[in-house]
Amino acid sequence: MARYESLLDACGGTPLVGLPRLSPAVDEGAPPVRLWAKLEDRNPTGSVKDRPALFMVREAEESGHLRPGDTILEPTSGNTGIALAMVAKLRGYRVVCVMPENVSAERIQLLRMYGAEIIFSPAAGGSNQAVATAKQIAAEHPDWKMLFQYGNPANARAHYETTGPELLHDLPTITHFVAGLGTTGTLMGTGRFLKEKVEGIQIVAAEPRYGELVYGLRNIDEGYVPELYDATVLDRRFSVGTRDAVLRTRQLVEVEGIFAGFSSGAILHAALAVAHEAVRDGRRADVAFVIADGGWKYLSTGAYGGTLNDAEEALEGQLWA
Amino acid sequence: MAIEVRVPTILRSYTGGSKVVEGSGDTLTALLDDLDAKHNGLKGRLITPEGGLHRFVNIYVNDEDVRFLGALDAKLNDGDSITILPAVAGGALGFAAAAALLGR
Repeated sequence: MARYESLLDACGGTPLVGLPRLSPAVDEGAPPVRLWAKLEDRNPTGSVKDRPALFMVREAEESGHLRPGDTILEPTSGNTGIALAMVAKLRGYRVVCVMPENVSAERIQLLRMYGAEIIFSPAAGGSNQAVATAKQIAAEHPDWKMLFQYGNPANARAHYETTGPELLHDLPTITHFVAGLGTTGTLMGTGRFLKEKVEGIQIVAAEPRYGELVYGLRNIDEGYVPELYDATVLDRRFSVGTRDAVLRTRQLVEVEGIFAGFSSGAILHAALAVAHEAVRDGRRADVAFVIADGGWKYLSTGAYGGTLNDAEEALEGQLWA
Repeated sequence: MAIEVRVPTILRSYTGGSKVVEGSGDTLTALLDDLDAKHNGLKGRLITPEGGLHRFVNIYVNDEDVRFLGALDAKLNDGDSITILPAVAGGALGFAAAAALLGR
């Protein structure tokens, strides 16, 4: 289908494209091992987050949590805020985003362009400062509505009802699904759907490992695991460092012409790991992974050019996924 | 040969400030016992009194989460690289802000 009543109706239905050059070579006669990229940057605001944003707003409208003219407050490091701001604009809500100040300049410009207001929590102040900022906002505006993507079942449901079925339709022979681990919504929703339908499928998480500045002096007793996270949905979980994420992001555009953000490079890194294991073990594999967003929002980091060391340095202290 | 262990900033008080320490052991439990003997108290920050891996600690063997490799029973080999990290995935500050807003 190529005609839609509104932009909101054009969410999802993204292409799945093969990566013949990045897929590992197999010996003649050996079972094929193929990589497939789900291009989530083809969503209305350019990221996978359009799916949960639309589902969370619809669910809140149906349950009466959201009423016309309401203000939505969302802590986000970028893409969810951009997606929510677009949905809110078309559905008649105001959006206020609380975000750390160490995200890229493009994200901030995009949010403002879509009409979101931004409250920064200081990057250097650590979690205690962020908590204090959030508490202060909540106290001042008790009427603002939170959709809370980290614990909202509609986030995972968006992927259970759309991303999962699309993948199964386009790639019935799928053996692995690889996606990034943040709110965990993509992996939980898509993973649950595929596990119900495809025997033996492996659900693989790629988690960004940032530079030390991001973890800082965070107390181990104050960690946070999103409410949506259910470890039983996953089979493997990889931690991918900045250097590997940048390397793979560059390979995506240089070898296959896919210009993606750094989280997608991290996801490709994990996808390649399971693909090479399949080659080594002589198993057939159709590995589908998520391109979470395009690279446009990250150009100002300078990490697409220069040496890997330069890129690593440029991204130090940034939340690149 | 030994196993290289990367220690997060918050736990370096146990390692005399060292970012990377070495240990040995054929399972994660054995490695943590060995590390605790050299860096007293470190194990107690990673393992709960009930004997499980602390909920907010992630340990990776060669970049893979040990919870999917047998957790404390995960098999280790000389030359493996271990990374210990606090459980704060992307948007860590956002998580904290969100949780605070909902009073969690």
